[in-house]
Amino acid sequence: MKNQKLVVIGAAETTSLGDIPNLSQVQLHADGALNALADAGLKISDVDGIATAGENPITIAQYLGIHPEWIDGTSVGGCSFMMHIRHSLSAISSGLCKTILITHGESGKSRIPPPEWPWPPRPGSYEGQFEAPFGTMGPPDLLTLPFLRYMEDCNISVEDLAMVPVIQREWAALNPKAWFKEPITVQDVLDSKMIAYPFTLFMCCPRTDGGGALVITTEERAKDLPGKEVYVLGAGESGETMLISQMQDFTTSRAFKTSANRAFLEAGIEREDVDHLMLYDAFAHLPIYGLEDLGFCERGEAPNFIRDRNTAPGGKLPVNTNGGGLSYMHSGMYGMYAMQESIRQVRKVAAAQVPDVNISVAHGIGGMFSASGTVIFSNQPN
Amino acid sequence: MYPTSDKFIPFITPETRNFWEGTKLGELRIQKCDSCGHKYFPPRPFCPKCSSKDISVVLCSGEAKLYSYVISHLPAPGFEPPFSIAVVELLEGPRLMSNVIGCPQTPSSLILDMPLAVVYEKLSDEITLPLFKPTEKIV
Repeated sequence: MKNQKLVVIGAAETTSLGDIPNLSQVQLHADGALNALADAGLKISDVDGIATAGENPITIAQYLGIHPEWIDGTSVGGCSFMMHIRHSLSAISSGLCKTILITHGESGKSRIPPPEWPWPPRPGSYEGQFEAPFGTMGPPDLLTLPFLRYMEDCNISVEDLAMVPVIQREWAALNPKAWFKEPITVQDVLDSKMIAYPFTLFMCCPRTDGGGALVITTEERAKDLPGKEVYVLGAGESGETMLISQMQDFTTSRAFKTSANRAFLEAGIEREDVDHLMLYDAFAHLPIYGLEDLGFCERGEAPNFIRDRNTAPGGKLPVNTNGGGLSYMHSGMYGMYAMQESIRQVRKVAAAQVPDVNISVAHGIGGMFSASGTVIFSNQPN
Repeated sequence: MYPTSDKFIPFITPETRNFWEGTKLGELRIQKCDSCGHKYFPPRPFCPKCSSKDISVVLCSGEAKLYSYVISHLPAPGFEPPFSIAVVELLEGPRLMSNVIGCPQTPSSLILDMPLAVVYEKLSDEITLPLFKPTEKIV
């Protein structure tokens, strides 16, 4: 895997983001895909591999007119797209295909068509037998459930949690494409509607429409193309449980740690080499777990690290510079947007461009701390 | 006291039948590996730690403590928000999801690590849910 360098040669989001009532979910995939291919300077006929989540990859291949020789339908939640990158590296390095298109599209707001997930679960599944009878309705009351344990064990206040959306909104204010741009205070966050104590509305992501796609190929092939290549230095993936009650320790994600450690090991870099970080934030506690489980902060220290403005504009480790899932956009499976911002930052074309970004890490969650994927991007080969 | 008619009704699978037959009889059953001693939930016919098929059913004391929770304000079929969705840790070790009932559904009444005891709520002819109540008077 080390001897052949793999690059992202095309990266783009859908033409618009947020409220897209005139496009179905499949067309959102296609819109992002065609934009990413245009960015790469490639045609559909150049693509011989397809990966997607949320939709069947054959649906997307047929819709776009791709005749695939390699297919990855890994669909384990919002970090699936990080995993697709990792699987692409292995596939291209092994000679299974040459040019892979990874697509995402989700009609999270307009719901065209209405999604089957998350309610109701299959009544015979573990979730149907051991979660749904207790009134669980989806991520707002499941993914949030571990955090009171974290607050208790790490002596964290609800104000600390509220700082996460406040600081991310500062980044969103710098991004014209962000869904929410108005500044907010800790008090605004605490005063917003209660969703699932201790989580209020402003600690939860919006549901919006959008999509995006990536084109992966070899460094050699990318040389002749107009797209600005971004190197994938390393990637990791892991999984833990579909039942939140069976998460080993509610204060740390085993999947996060395994995925991140694998990615850093593969890239051969240290945490201090990272210039920019994207931490999938469907809810406000996820950047806290991310900072700690990826090894940027000790257990219990991430809330102070955030409050001390290390992740804010001007801070030493800028995090979620598009505004994050909490403010930029969140269609349901946010991983694609986290990677798009990492790529924009190392290409130096982000709306809130951080100076001197050469290495960016995008870290994703899937399901209710069920799965995780991590990708390390750079504008230089390692 | 709790409306039950609209609640989500689970479908019993062969591997979980013993658990649901237990709650129907007022018994909370988990499984124990006879090879490595690991006690686990949810049920399956082998040990998730060592894969041994030598397992037996353990009858739980019904004592537990509150490991973590949210107080849901979201509409849910058969529930009157706000209501707690909790993960409890059984005295025997394994954790499971439930609701803490019999006390105000407020942060000041739902204290982490507070002692709880199992109570049962019949949902249908086949399904009885294990719920939990505080064992000490809340002041």
